Amino acid sequence: MSDAAISRRADEVVLAARNIAKSYNGVKALKGVNFDVHRGQVTTLFGENGAGKSTLMKILSGVVRPTSGEVILDGQPIVFSSSTDARNHGISIIHQELSLAPNLSVRDNIFMGREINGAAGVNYAEEERQVRELLAELQEDIDPLTPVEELRLGQQQIVEIARALSIDSRILIMDEPTSALSATEVEVLFKVIRDLTAKGVSIVYISHHLEEALQITDHAVVLRDGNMTAYAPRADIDLEWIVRNMVGENYDLGSPPTGHDFGSVLLSVRGLSVPDPAGGGYNVVDRMSLDVRAGEIVCIYGLMGAGRTELLETIAGKLSASSGEIALEGREISHLAIGERIASGLALVPEDRQRYGLVQTMSVGQNLSLASIMEFTRGVFTSLRLERALIQKSITDVTVKTDGPDVPIGSLSGGNQQKVVIGKMLATQPKVLLLDEPSRGIDIGAKAEVFRILAAHAAAGQAIVYTTSEVNECLSIAHRIIIMRRGRISAEFTSDVTKEKIMAASGEAVAA
Amino acid sequence: MTQTSANRTTASPVASAKGNTGLIKLLLKGRAFFALIAIIVVFSFLSPNYLTISNLLIMSSHVAIYGILAIGMLVVILSGGIDLSVGSILALCGVVAGALMQGMELKPLGVILFPPVWAVIVLTCSLGALVGMLNGILIAWFRVPAFVTTLGVMYMARGIALLMTNGLTYNNLAGRPELGNTGFDWLGFNRLFGVPISVVVLAVLAVLTGLMLSRSAFGRWLYASGGNENAAELSGVPVKRVKITVYTLSGILSAIAGLVLSSQLTSAGPTAGTTYELTAIAAVVIGGAALTGGRGTVRGTMLGAFVIGFLSDGLVIIGVSSYWQTVFTGAVIVLAVLMNTIQYGARGVR
Repeated sequence: MSDAAISRRADEVVLAARNIAKSYNGVKALKGVNFDVHRGQVTTLFGENGAGKSTLMKILSGVVRPTSGEVILDGQPIVFSSSTDARNHGISIIHQELSLAPNLSVRDNIFMGREINGAAGVNYAEEERQVRELLAELQEDIDPLTPVEELRLGQQQIVEIARALSIDSRILIMDEPTSALSATEVEVLFKVIRDLTAKGVSIVYISHHLEEALQITDHAVVLRDGNMTAYAPRADIDLEWIVRNMVGENYDLGSPPTGHDFGSVLLSVRGLSVPDPAGGGYNVVDRMSLDVRAGEIVCIYGLMGAGRTELLETIAGKLSASSGEIALEGREISHLAIGERIASGLALVPEDRQRYGLVQTMSVGQNLSLASIMEFTRGVFTSLRLERALIQKSITDVTVKTDGPDVPIGSLSGGNQQKVVIGKMLATQPKVLLLDEPSRGIDIGAKAEVFRILAAHAAAGQAIVYTTSEVNECLSIAHRIIIMRRGRISAEFTSDVTKEKIMAASGEAVAA
Repeated sequence: MTQTSANRTTASPVASAKGNTGLIKLLLKGRAFFALIAIIVVFSFLSPNYLTISNLLIMSSHVAIYGILAIGMLVVILSGGIDLSVGSILALCGVVAGALMQGMELKPLGVILFPPVWAVIVLTCSLGALVGMLNGILIAWFRVPAFVTTLGVMYMARGIALLMTNGLTYNNLAGRPELGNTGFDWLGFNRLFGVPISVVVLAVLAVLTGLMLSRSAFGRWLYASGGNENAAELSGVPVKRVKITVYTLSGILSAIAGLVLSSQLTSAGPTAGTTYELTAIAAVVIGGAALTGGRGTVRGTMLGAFVIGFLSDGLVIIGVSSYWQTVFTGAVIVLAVLMNTIQYGARGVR
């Protein structure tokens, strides 16, 4: 082989994925992905949430190992034993949530874990000199002794990049680097990326912001449901091509249930504002109003940070609103505690089932009955017989595949765990059921089942509100589709809308 | 319950290996019970006096104090917290009970009240509840970490107990027949069908708590709050109320332990119960509860308390120095935590 000849070519492939597949508990997150990362060029991964982008990133950066397939670095197959191993081979990842210690200075962060030791302990002077050099190279005027917490987010991102460069990273993976940046900071970042590629550093870039990514990328890889659906150089593609390949043909997630009339308004939200729970000083939900009728299914679509989760959590009573009214069947419920809201018929299935949905120390049955304990309490004691009956009914209702109600919840697959969370809230016999990303992290078969269950309950007169960040799921069982953007409703559609219109209204496919 | 499922998820399909892991799992699961059996067997060989009814009853009455505290500690640990103040609450309540037995002087009225023993017990338990509730409110409403809150209350309660008595001990708790307040020694010395009252109290409290944990809505709330506070809250569990209640319960149980101890010693001193909180934590941990919350049973905790009590009394009986007792107790605790890690770590709970 004429390796030497190839290595002089500008578009040399430095890193390649060959038939990479990965399964978690039998759920296929990646089903055979192939693509190349070229030297000194930007390769962008496009895909909806759950398409497999983050799993692929974790494999390339050595955090997880693929179930099958190979990672090829400089023409040689390689298996990374850890992320440190990958870093030693020149592959660094910059996560969406930065991994800096905010209390330490820029210098200490860059040399964290690999301090330069001199005769008298750490050689701070030498470290500082190297940091100054790096930052000058990045043309960023940051004092190496500034604590990281005093820097703007964009600057913190630069510090992360400097850290990656300080260990001679040749391949830099950036996961949604612009999501927290202002427009000017994005410009700075793009300039840095261009400088880096000019020096021969390869970038793997992930973004939900399609147009922005198109400005910077040289190659595009599109993932959908763990498959690579398209791979092309920048010259051959445009926005429509990406959207088409991202969303794909409609798989059947059902259609809006018909044959029943909508009843009275069950849930009514008026002028609801919610301040940022992280203390950002702005409203994550901004004067929102919404009515949902009995038997109606409403889908709320929006990008990350659009305020969907906060809206649902406020209605359910987890967050408190700064202003506005929430009424259930015409009765104001803003002052009620979560348990009282559940008792009066309003239940929330939270987004993150591990952190907010399940009690991992409890069995499947105890998780299912958790929200309805009072239903089977007679006097002082709970009735084991009534609880059994309730659990059995739930298991049948939401079709949980389990070896019985007494197995630990962790032994179930992701889809079945999600059904347990939904079943738990359905067991409270809610009039209004809110579901935050009910399809997150479950496979397509389980998704279809979840939507079938929801459709059946709507037909029985319950009001269903669910959020999603996948366009296909808007166009399934929802009678009405609401697009949220920056805490407000930016558009409202009926079920005959097109995918392109939804994405345009969410701000996904339009220039900001 | 967890036994069958653990086999299902982790055991290899090889039949011979299955039998082995099954036995290991059984030993692991019943470790506190087997440890207790081992302790009794070993000391029975070493001393002929160990395995006699009278000695077992005496040892049990020693265990009662730790056991009562450990029940309170268990409910707190199940909620995901910790209560370092139980030893001090025990002392404070003991001292207050002692003071009440000496007579409560109401200066403005110029009278000294000698409350009957039942009133002393009610007042003392109320005080324990009050201090426990203070812990709970600070932890649940003001989000002060449990470790820090109860550490502070531990110092405060001990300090107040010392202030009240000026460091001295109430030695006369017998009461006087003409005042109608005799009978305080009943708790520590009397027997019901030959069983010391303190052991009866422990058994009753253990059964009540066991029923509460396994059969009441509150018990379920408690396990859920300790297992995943966020999920419990979103399922409508009043997590804050649960927390306040467990610290209150722990306070009441500390007061009861204080009453039993002062009655057994026929004196109430402000330094009683020092480091008892650590023994109580040890009993809970040896009993298989997880310090992270959500896992643990009264049965396990009782076994843990008896393991500690029978081990240290056994060492006394065979004449091992008390310094060695401390070393042995420590070793048992470390071993117990190691086993807990193996048991809960192996299951791969995510």
